[in-house]
Amino acid sequence: MNENFEPKIAAFVCTWCTYTGADLAGTSRLKYEPNVRVLRLPCTGRIDFSLVIKAFENGADGVLISGCHPNDCHYNAGNFHARRRFAVFRKLLEFVGIDPNRVQFSWVSAAEGAKWRDVVNEVTDEIRSLGPFTEYQKLIAGSFPFQNEMSEPEVISEKEQVENVK
Amino acid sequence: MSNDIKQSSEAKKLARELLEQGKVSAVIGYAEGTLKGRVQTLIARNPLDAEKFIFNEYCVNNLAVYLTKSYRLLKSDKPVAVFLKPCDIRTVTALIQEHQIKREDIFIIGMSCQGVRNGNGLSGKCRACRMHNPQYSDAVIGEAIEEKEPEVTDPFARVKEIENMSTQERWQFWTKEFDKCIRCYACRQACPLCYCEQCIVDKTQPRWIESSAHPVGNMAWHLIRAFHLAGRCIGCGECDRVCHQNIPLSLLNMKMSKEIFDLYGYRSGVDPEAKPPLTEFKMEDNEEFIR
Ligand code: SF4
Ligand code: SF4
Ligand code: SF4
Repeated sequence: MNENFEPKIAAFVCTWCTYTGADLAGTSRLKYEPNVRVLRLPCTGRIDFSLVIKAFENGADGVLISGCHPNDCHYNAGNFHARRRFAVFRKLLEFVGIDPNRVQFSWVSAAEGAKWRDVVNEVTDEIRSLGPFTEYQKLIAGSFPFQNEMSEPEVISEKEQVENVK
Repeated sequence: MSNDIKQSSEAKKLARELLEQGKVSAVIGYAEGTLKGRVQTLIARNPLDAEKFIFNEYCVNNLAVYLTKSYRLLKSDKPVAVFLKPCDIRTVTALIQEHQIKREDIFIIGMSCQGVRNGNGLSGKCRACRMHNPQYSDAVIGEAIEEKEPEVTDPFARVKEIENMSTQERWQFWTKEFDKCIRCYACRQACPLCYCEQCIVDKTQPRWIESSAHPVGNMAWHLIRAFHLAGRCIGCGECDRVCHQNIPLSLLNMKMSKEIFDLYGYRSGVDPEAKPPLTEFKMEDNEEFIR
């Protein structure tokens, strides 16, 4: 692995809590790792898992999703819905062979500038230790890793199909 | 008289009566196909057509797919009758839960079922089946079948095998499978729960999923398809059956069903009153993955 590897992390945050918290970190002049690109959405409930896939397709090594703490959601329940969705989505990623730690989740309120700093630092460290997401980058480059070993798909003629069911 | 012939003639009789008496506007059922061992769907609107109905071990399709995809064509002030095997009936329950159909608009002709064939033998789902007798039906065709311990006792065995692989092995396994996909969307068309009027994969502004059979698009398609069916798939196995590239799609769906059951104690297509798990939440839901 490249010693100087710096991960690219897409952070999808809700505008009401985490974005404001990240803003507070800025206005309080807290220093944190520069690896996250913050993308602001109305609510964690709006953060569709397709956005996570898009982030990987655009070269992200990791994704951070962050919103209001339970019971603090501006829309009351968006974060509760997101919590269920991502609990299940992580299992799907794991099942197809993607390390679920590439997709991180946090609750950061508008008052938690310091927590935002800590979350970003920890997540960056963790993704850095996972290394670049080369598997996905190979997909982007247009090859499945085992393409060359693939045998031709088996072709069954209609006649054989009829034989089979006889 | 063999069982097939008996069940077919009972089915013809019931369909004819329903149509003659004007109880339903149409009957969706199976009819002889053009090849031996193949059946086709028949939508009968007049009693004469009812003569063509059959039921046998080749009636593998889940006809509930027509309840959403063709429903507007069939809709009238009368219910639509449909032949459903015990496993297919769960689709109706799931569609009621999702407010796609109303129970009173459907007349369920439940088929008691010894299992259907897939190629040379009994289909995989039938080897694990524990419900050969139709529930929740308006009429039952065929004799009651004694429920026995199925040949396959753990339907999740293959899912567990994959879970036990390393992360890298799983990635190899699935990328190899997804590479075969030619993006014909037969899996979506056959799925009774993929009823979106515009599927996300057909959306071009923005294009969420690369539409050519490129590795990036194939990965996105399979992740998105599986996740859209999480907590909804009723396990009819149609996606698997229609994929001529033999991609084991239902393993992804079964994995989702397994996780949803572990996390939220929910099984799709069982209780028409239950709310689908990804449309509701509990305060105390698991959040150990959240910082
Ligand atoms: S049916 Fe098979 S080949 Fe066609 S889109 Fe679905 S998975 Fe791909
Ligand atoms: S995903 Fe497959 S098994 Fe599940 S309901 Fe759709 S066709 Fe049936
Ligand atoms: S894949 Fe998703 S968007 Fe497409 S029809 Fe199925 S559920 Fe709808």
